Amino acid sequence: MSMLEQLTHRDRVFDFLAPVASPVDVRHGPILYMEGVNVSFDGFKAINNLNLTVDDGELRCIIGPNGAGKTTMMDIITGKTRPDTGSVWFGSRHNLLTKNEPDIASLGIGRKFQKPTVFEALTVFENLELAMATDKRILPTLTAIMKPEYRDRIDEVLQTIGLQKLRDKLAGILSHGQKQWLEIGMLLMQKPRLLLVDEPVAGMTEQEMERTAELLTSLAGKQSVVVVEHDMGFVRSIARQVTVLHQGSVLAEGTMDQVSNDPEVIKVYLGEEE
Amino acid sequence: MAISQNWLLRPFQERSTQIFLGVLFAALVVVTFLHLFMPQDSALHVSAYTVTLLGKYLCYALLAVAVDLVWGYLGILSLGHGAFFALGGYAMGMYLMRQIGDRGTYGDPILPDFMVFLNWDELPWYWLGFDMAWFAFIMVLLAPGILALVFGFLAFRSRVTGVYLSIITQALTFALMLAFFRNEMGFGGNNGLTDFRDILGFNLRTDATRLGLFIATGIALAIGYVICRAIVTSKLGRVSIACRDAEARTRFLGYRVERVQLFVFVVSAMLAGVAGALYVPQVGIINPSEFSPLFSIEIVVWVALGGRATLYGAVIGAILVNYAKTVFTGVMPDAWLFALGGLFVLVTVFLPKGIAGLLQKRRKAKTDDDTPTGQEATA
Amino acid sequence: MGILRSLTLLLIALASVLSLPATAQDEDPGEQLLFNLAEAPASKVEEAINAIVSSGDERARGWIEAYGNNRLSRIKDTGQVVLVLNNRGRDWEIANPLTGENMGDMSRRELDRVAINNRIRGQLEGILAMLDLNAADPDVREASAQDMMGKVDASLVAPLEARLEQEGSARVRNRIEEALAIYRVGEGNLEAIDVLAGSLHPRARAALNEAVRGDNPALATKAKQALGTIEQKLKLNRAAETLYFGLSLGSVLVLAAIGLAITFGVMGVINMAHGELIMLGAYTTWGMQQLFPGQPGLALILSIPTGFMVAATAGIIIERSVIQYLKGRPLETLLATFGISLILQQLVRTVISPQNRTVVTPEWMSGSLVINDALSLTLNRLYVLAFALVVFATLMLIMRKTRLGLEVRAVTQNRNMARSMGIRATRVDIMTFALGSGVAGLAGVALSQLTNVGPNLGQNYIIDSFMVVVFGGVGNLWGTLIAGLSLGTINQLLEPWAGAVLAKIIVLVFIILFIQKRPKGLFPQKGRAAEG
Repeated sequence: MSMLEQLTHRDRVFDFLAPVASPVDVRHGPILYMEGVNVSFDGFKAINNLNLTVDDGELRCIIGPNGAGKTTMMDIITGKTRPDTGSVWFGSRHNLLTKNEPDIASLGIGRKFQKPTVFEALTVFENLELAMATDKRILPTLTAIMKPEYRDRIDEVLQTIGLQKLRDKLAGILSHGQKQWLEIGMLLMQKPRLLLVDEPVAGMTEQEMERTAELLTSLAGKQSVVVVEHDMGFVRSIARQVTVLHQGSVLAEGTMDQVSNDPEVIKVYLGEEE
Repeated sequence: MAISQNWLLRPFQERSTQIFLGVLFAALVVVTFLHLFMPQDSALHVSAYTVTLLGKYLCYALLAVAVDLVWGYLGILSLGHGAFFALGGYAMGMYLMRQIGDRGTYGDPILPDFMVFLNWDELPWYWLGFDMAWFAFIMVLLAPGILALVFGFLAFRSRVTGVYLSIITQALTFALMLAFFRNEMGFGGNNGLTDFRDILGFNLRTDATRLGLFIATGIALAIGYVICRAIVTSKLGRVSIACRDAEARTRFLGYRVERVQLFVFVVSAMLAGVAGALYVPQVGIINPSEFSPLFSIEIVVWVALGGRATLYGAVIGAILVNYAKTVFTGVMPDAWLFALGGLFVLVTVFLPKGIAGLLQKRRKAKTDDDTPTGQEATA
Repeated sequence: MGILRSLTLLLIALASVLSLPATAQDEDPGEQLLFNLAEAPASKVEEAINAIVSSGDERARGWIEAYGNNRLSRIKDTGQVVLVLNNRGRDWEIANPLTGENMGDMSRRELDRVAINNRIRGQLEGILAMLDLNAADPDVREASAQDMMGKVDASLVAPLEARLEQEGSARVRNRIEEALAIYRVGEGNLEAIDVLAGSLHPRARAALNEAVRGDNPALATKAKQALGTIEQKLKLNRAAETLYFGLSLGSVLVLAAIGLAITFGVMGVINMAHGELIMLGAYTTWGMQQLFPGQPGLALILSIPTGFMVAATAGIIIERSVIQYLKGRPLETLLATFGISLILQQLVRTVISPQNRTVVTPEWMSGSLVINDALSLTLNRLYVLAFALVVFATLMLIMRKTRLGLEVRAVTQNRNMARSMGIRATRVDIMTFALGSGVAGLAGVALSQLTNVGPNLGQNYIIDSFMVVVFGGVGNLWGTLIAGLSLGTINQLLEPWAGAVLAKIIVLVFIILFIQKRPKGLFPQKGRAAEG
């Protein structure tokens, strides 16, 4: 019955520009704070006493060999995996360990997966529509209408990610690189305070990589961005601050030059890569 | 494209819905006309028996639409929708039992025959209120709805999905079947509820009532179809598809996947309950066999044959399979299970998109010829 | 009374001679004995019976029994004593009591019944029991002593005590002591209660209950204590029995589910036709018994490899013809294999019969293992339990120690990697599916000994099997074992107060709720790989 009632509220305004959930408090320091985090799977320590802080507006790159715990770290921040011990804070107000994925997403943490994950049975436009920061409860979603300003916002993002021409095509037919872009576009629609980007340029051409780098650097400042990447060239092109993960904990932290001259790092990672 | 913003009106602007409703109403009108105005001996006359048979098919079609809503759009393969169907049927059956009054074999004004037979002294509390039509009709929605709500709440909250969910829904309907077989449950045990006399004052054994029930079922199917269509064409429908294809991604976008699943599941269960409620007065009996896992899984094959995630495919599948069943069980009953089993295999291996997939392919080929940028909202 | 005492004493004196076969070369001494009985006037009947009993003749029991049942007659013409086999109607069927040879029908008018009076008849039971008590077979002696419990009267005490001194078998001694104790408790003997306190026999309890109700307060108190002790022991025994039935049901569940634990748990293939593979195994047993009529044991043993092969072959056919095309589409696999299950069921109905078939239980599997008066374990269930454990252990070995097991684990964890290392993934799929299916066949062979073999056999187990696998934790064979055994036991524990159907419902609901709480079962696999 309440469904019908909702019908009478068609003129209700769901302002997607309204601040999502409670604002993140960054007055007292970093936007992301992880301390003493441990996770083990069947005795294997995936994350080992990990400490990491990301400042508001920062663009941080995380590198590390396979199995260093990068993806698991993302899983912890977004609420997919619960750590055995440790604390994870978003700003100084939100304890992320007490929240589930949708809560964390609505707090303003967006995530791009390692393997591009878009909704292949929906069009590019619809993918972005779903990502848009609006009221995501059931009935508002059921009765949601497509307002002109929403459409404009989506078109704007389409422009940014260069997929205007594919607006009404199913996302399933996109190329790998285009899916990466679409996913980044979905992140933009979410208007998150913190973006977690897992291997954004895998499968991209040089040109696409450049544009991605441009986009990510332009986001930093307004939003905080954490990028996990394998491609050293790409990391060098965007990174100001680099964190090296190894066997589940931080091995080194600093600028790209500092890090790449660190003998420890060279030994476990860079040495083999370059 | 001038899409109406009202979610409930949106389906009516869709071509597929218009065609579906047109065909359905045309069928209702034609059958009614042929039944009422053709002479008995005419080849075109539709007998009351056939009308009821068609009514039964329409009930199954509504049930199939309900299953398609959760399976096609939400990716939840429920092997227990027969339970919701049966619960709606039992709610209706209880009303019809109470309507018998003192005309039963034992002539008890309150207790149904089977309770007198079991030497029960008074009506169990859960039978109270079923003498009132409005109460019974609400229970038709609530009984399956609440079961779906409780079960779904527990299952989706703990993220039981995929095959696991299918298996436990099957266990659920199996447990209910065992329970309803027990005489102590107070639902007539093995024999179920039967010997109905009238509904809302109309004698169930007259042709007019049968025709009325057939038409009511057709209208219920139309309404159910439109509701489902409205859901799947809304943003919530797109979120459902998102849940189906990439559950984790949907969660990271900030949607509460388990609530989406729960909402759609409950709506679907209620529709199944309505189908069951309309089914019972037409076949004249409800017994625990409707809870059998075989029946529930049969529903799924109707949908699979018709084509998932199309809604109209479910209707086509339900009617086709049940027509085939009627023919087979009349002509060569032994072959029916072979045919049904074969159907399961053939559809899943060779026709994953069902009949609707074939139709879409043809239409797509056609529109591609006409307009190169034909963009049909395919689900 | 005199007759019994003198007779039994005599008997015991003759006990050593008893085993000797009746010596009948020229003339059968039995003929004279029977003649004497038939001729004896009322006062001499005791003597005549005495003579028969003490003769040590193996046929004595039959004669006395017939005498007590009015089945001993004489042919009027010849005076020959005969056994009446059938005394209905006008013509009676008679037999020679000496040779057992059937003499055909004879009009009852030509026969003269050997008379018996009620006083003698009342003693015959005791006489027969004493006869049995001296039999060579300890089982017969034990049964006879058990029969005497509660029936001992003053006249039997002395012969029983005498027998007790001679008796070599401990269990027969126990029985005789208990029988005597019941008598003595009746007489007010306090010490005899101690003997009864150690007994679980219902008659011992009856005697104690009588003592409690009696007017001897000291006896009543002590009897009450003894009853308490017995009740404790009975409780233990009942618990043991429930546990046994629970484990037995559990072993059936394990057998039914363990094949599924391989195909579903390890390979991730949802095979709804698993139940029908079990059914095929059961029908194989039936078929083998048709091939070897009269040798059910041999047929059953041969069914083990045959049932495995039949089900494994069916599994391979299913895998090759359907499942391989549905890789990565679990819900479609579920539907397709369900269709196969319908076809297999109907096939059995059409080709064999819609009715249940009878599978014979070989002699060495029937009967039960008697632990004590309150607890006996049926042998067929015991065998099935052992069989389930053997099958489980073998599977464990295969998965852990053989090349196949290693390859299966490799393929399921990372198919592409395994392939690139030279493992032929398709072959591994076929082998694994065949193994799981074959085990289902083995389950069918075992089930044929416990339940009806019919087309619906498999249907009854498929939901249970899935529940067991999911409850135990998918991909974990140990989980399946523990889940199966514990679910069986829970079911049996619930049954006494909930009834069979309700117990099953409760268990199902319990699992449904449990899976909500722990979706990955009792023993989940952890880690990123399991998330997929």
